[in-house]
Amino acid sequence: MRIAVEHRSVYRFTQPQARIVQMLRLTPCDTQHQTVVSWMVGVDCDARLRDATDGYGNAVTMLYAEGPIEAIEVVVTGEVLTTDNAGVLRGTPEPLPPALFLRSTPRTAPSAALAAFAADVSAGTTDPIERLHRLNQALHARFRCVPDVPDNGLTAAQAFAGKAEASRDVAQMFVSAARTLEAPARYVSGYHLDGTQQCAPHAWCEAWIDGLGWVAFDPVTGLSPADGYVRVAVGLDSEGAAAVAGHRIGHGEEQLAVDLHVDRLGNEE
Amino acid sequence: MGSRGAFDEIWGHGGPDAPRAEFSTLSQWIADTPADELQRRQQSAEAAFRQLGITFAVYGDSDAAERIIPFDIVPRIFLQREWQKLSEGLVQRVEAINAFLEDIYGARRILDEGIIPPELILRNEQFRPEVAGIRPPHGVWAHICGIDLVRTGPDEFYVLEDNARTPSGVSYMLENREAMIRLCPELFRDFRVAPVDSYPDMLLETMRSVAPSGRARPVCVVLTPGHFNSAYYEHSFLADSMGVELVEAADLVVDDDIVYMETIAGRVRVDVIYRRIDDDFLDPLVFKPDSLLGVPGLIAAYRAGNVALLNAPGNGIADDKAIYSYMPEIVRFYSGGEARLPNVETWRCREPQALKYVLDHLPELVVKLVDGSGGYGMLVGPTASSEQIETFRAALIAEPHRYIAQPTLALSTVPTLTEKGLAPRHVDFRPFVLTGSDKVRVVPGGLTRVALREGSLVVNSSQGGGTKDSFVLLGDAA
Amino acid sequence: MMMLSRTAAALYWLGRYVERADFIARLVEATIRLDALSARPAGEAAWQSALAVSYTDEAFAATGHPAVQAHVARFLTLDASHPGSIIRCLEMARNNARAVRTALTREAWTAINRAWWLFANRASTGGATETLNLVEQIKGETRGFEGATHRMMRNEATLLIQLGAAVERADNTARLVDVKYHLLLPAGESVGGAVDRDQWTTILQTVSAVTAYRWLYSEGLRPDNVIDLLVSRSELPRSLAACVEETVTLLSQLAKRTGLQGEADRMARARLARCQKARTPDIIVGGLHEYLETFITENALLDSAIARQFRFL
Repeated sequence: MRIAVEHRSVYRFTQPQARIVQMLRLTPCDTQHQTVVSWMVGVDCDARLRDATDGYGNAVTMLYAEGPIEAIEVVVTGEVLTTDNAGVLRGTPEPLPPALFLRSTPRTAPSAALAAFAADVSAGTTDPIERLHRLNQALHARFRCVPDVPDNGLTAAQAFAGKAEASRDVAQMFVSAARTLEAPARYVSGYHLDGTQQCAPHAWCEAWIDGLGWVAFDPVTGLSPADGYVRVAVGLDSEGAAAVAGHRIGHGEEQLAVDLHVDRLGNEE
Repeated sequence: MGSRGAFDEIWGHGGPDAPRAEFSTLSQWIADTPADELQRRQQSAEAAFRQLGITFAVYGDSDAAERIIPFDIVPRIFLQREWQKLSEGLVQRVEAINAFLEDIYGARRILDEGIIPPELILRNEQFRPEVAGIRPPHGVWAHICGIDLVRTGPDEFYVLEDNARTPSGVSYMLENREAMIRLCPELFRDFRVAPVDSYPDMLLETMRSVAPSGRARPVCVVLTPGHFNSAYYEHSFLADSMGVELVEAADLVVDDDIVYMETIAGRVRVDVIYRRIDDDFLDPLVFKPDSLLGVPGLIAAYRAGNVALLNAPGNGIADDKAIYSYMPEIVRFYSGGEARLPNVETWRCREPQALKYVLDHLPELVVKLVDGSGGYGMLVGPTASSEQIETFRAALIAEPHRYIAQPTLALSTVPTLTEKGLAPRHVDFRPFVLTGSDKVRVVPGGLTRVALREGSLVVNSSQGGGTKDSFVLLGDAA
Repeated sequence: MMMLSRTAAALYWLGRYVERADFIARLVEATIRLDALSARPAGEAAWQSALAVSYTDEAFAATGHPAVQAHVARFLTLDASHPGSIIRCLEMARNNARAVRTALTREAWTAINRAWWLFANRASTGGATETLNLVEQIKGETRGFEGATHRMMRNEATLLIQLGAAVERADNTARLVDVKYHLLLPAGESVGGAVDRDQWTTILQTVSAVTAYRWLYSEGLRPDNVIDLLVSRSELPRSLAACVEETVTLLSQLAKRTGLQGEADRMARARLARCQKARTPDIIVGGLHEYLETFITENALLDSAIARQFRFL
């Protein structure tokens, strides 16, 4: 499938900022099922951009801009060719061993309720794939997500206790729950072609299964991602894989407006 | 536990009247100098420290509680041959620490070979995936190490703890020596003591040696969390004696992956940063996002190879308690030989055989939580009630992987001036080892901490510990 | 090696805060003499004006206390709840000094440290005599600091401390003259009218100018002479004329050492040229209050220009 992405983020400040430094995780990389045809990260003001790879193997772009800055627009445009791999990943950059992804973080620390839920849905089978599919479906059945909303800092445990709103929340719950089942699991951010109006990148998960490798799960759909997904960044949680980590020097408030389009191009399968 | 049976480094096991043969001259000096004269000199040293502001602030106390660390006038002495042996062991250990860090953030050979259980590294918070894959300039990770040693006999030294992050205390080593030269000049006439005052020069050489290549006259700075930090005196002392700027995070900016400091004449590029702030607060984009102390973009500059950070971020994995017990294996793995400086014997309760031994010998052992700190979650068998022992027994059986156990050591003592005259007091020792791109330098001296209370083994300054000067002799008699 | 911007800012503010602490100490001292020790106590009016001079009248009103010596003296010295007290000025001075310790001599640092310790464990000022003693000690320490600064190397660090002190001193003197003059000469009274000796002496005492006045003016205490001395006579170190001159000198010495010259230098030189032309009688006729108000505003603008020129963070 040929997917086009256009992702505009406009940060407006109530007072001009002296400096802005951002770390952007907005660039997908080639895998066996994903070929980046073209990709561009652009900024609407004088800024210096530097590309690098972070410790997780994600492509990152450092953005440095000197003020005074009243607003800054980051525009990502690109085209990616994808193929359906039934969720099984091949050819991803893997600088860290899977066992690292058993680690808990403040955002993914499981509550007793979440751990019990994981144990409950996976009871009766020892097959790791089956257990994770059941977890994926159970989360899908339990939470109805509205189109994605900006990061509100909710932890997996908090979201599980309340009403999950975004794909970020259910993805983080999956990651947290899978780890309680001793399955290495990580958070993925990227783009999903689902025909809805979105205002944040989509989130899903990957879990490690011995003998199979990393396998993707999307608890929003209850399925494994097919060719409608553009995989961008992975991390231990939503913070670690966030599209933007920013720091600004200046007073006042920040407002973020996002305009995101994920479209299918052409008809070739 | 008392001092009975402990080895005294000057008096041996025989007491003041029968000092160790090599220490007869020093023992004579101690015997000949009246106690009130020693007292007077000691007070004069402490008054000077207070004036200079060599104080430390106890957490939670206000400025009014700025205190000085008590200073003891009787030096601790290493003979040349003792020091020679110690240094060789220190160099070997620090080289192994550097090799371990290089491996663990790179190829992870040591995990593949099964030397250390992978989860002990991978699930350890001190292992920082954020800096995985970065090779610091010139491949040096632990530039400044403080290795905490204890001694139990003439030739028995053990490593109690490695400090590969931001070990402090070197300013005490230097200020104590200053005080001793001023107050007891006769000692420096009688003995040939190796000087320590070249430490700032050695540190600066080390810093310059790891500057990113191509920088002809590298700009070095010391990065402090600020003047409210308890070690601020040391930070300003080191910056001052090296003649480099003492900067705070707000003085630094990163642009285009290059670090600059803001001066009155504009931005000046910075090449080498001796940082005295923790990893968590280095860069809010990578570590704690809410940190106000950090420099956004610093890790990007580091990753790009444009700045050297001393010590490298992520070093905490090398001096973590859970890793400590594997140090003999780590040294063997990277150096090919046995560790010259042994660890304190440690039983890892995660291993069934060790657990069995520990459960059978609880009243004799010290049991520690692997992830505990500050003495919490610790059982000191010989002084514990049977109730406490049973509580720990249950905890050990429930979660054995969280505990290690060690024998209770008879720490050596050094004669120390007390209210009742000279008496043996327990000591430990922190020598400082510098690793540059060119070589490893061991400063001939270090920080001796002394437990001032009779019989006490606690040398921490926050709990009544003091310091002594540590002489390294250029000959074999004192 | 160029000085860090933060260091430059800390040194400049160290100079300002020490000068401010010293000024408030003098103000309290002179007001005690006027109220408690003179034959005809000036009472609340004297303390009200001291509050106005130190920009703390509103903060004090909020405490609900009557403006009498016991309350105001404590408020201006030991009360850490507002930034206008001596203790807060010394605390800020000490914080700035600590942050730049390597740029100070030990003597300069200990003077600040000792001044701060004088207050550290004090809850009350006691009576008039105790307050005067305390104030005397503060003055001793700030003098000690000033002396230590003079004995430091004449480098950027010293110059910046002195620049801060000069800018602060200019503001203090201008404010003192403005407030007191209004109080003593309500609208309609002429400058040559009968004067309240005690009141005018208070002004001179606050800026240590009693002796200087006797040397320079032979006709006894006259308001227009006091104005002349405090505004136009550069022989008096705390006069506006002296501060204006000193600012220009310090900035040009800084320029020589750092190569940094700019807006602050131009503003300071323009101000000097204007001050040198102005004659006291013309200032009084043209409206002293307006003149001083403009001066204070310009001084604040100069302060901002200095911050920009030396890139204070």
